[in-house]
Amino acid sequence: MNSYETVFILTPVLSDEQAKEAVQKFEGEITSKGGKIKHSESWGLRKLAYPIQKKSTGFYFLIEFEAEGNVVADYELMMKRDERVLRFLTVKMDADHLAYADKRRAKAGATA
Amino acid sequence: MSNDIRYLTPINIDIKKEKYCRFKKSGIKFIDYKDANFLLKLVNEQGKILPRRITGTSQKYQKRVNKAIKRARHLAILPYVGDMLK
Repeated sequence: MNSYETVFILTPVLSDEQAKEAVQKFEGEITSKGGKIKHSESWGLRKLAYPIQKKSTGFYFLIEFEAEGNVVADYELMMKRDERVLRFLTVKMDADHLAYADKRRAKAGATA
Repeated sequence: MSNDIRYLTPINIDIKKEKYCRFKKSGIKFIDYKDANFLLKLVNEQGKILPRRITGTSQKYQKRVNKAIKRARHLAILPYVGDMLK
């Protein structure tokens, strides 16, 4: 099992519920293939630094999960096919990244 | 006869400030591509990555900086081309 982190942007035309549903779909894909969601967070509607598909804002989401490597390819294919997703990036987390993520989560928990 | 120019006060020659790697100094091991405010310190006002020659970052961390900035650009956290970022 490796640790991965995915950031993706959903179109701003979705309602909050539709966005949540999309996130659940992606999370479900990971868990159904034996992965484990470690952390999931929403950054809300944010301004994009440059327009993507003529949209200047988007819903940002971050998912941290543990899964086998072959799960990631399927999961990314699913994102690619989904029209609601403007952009996504999956990164494999190394030890430093994991330590940083733990710290970041602790910090966010303290302020929230 | 000497034609040397004489100054009343000694002229100010800039002493070169020692550059240092900010990541080594403060022990930052992972550079987060999600943190736009931090990455802004490492680009110029057009959004171009500042060279090592200017920031003093060590090669090891400059590679990581480059990676982080390029990831941030992909996710529209930083612009590919910008103007007046600072």
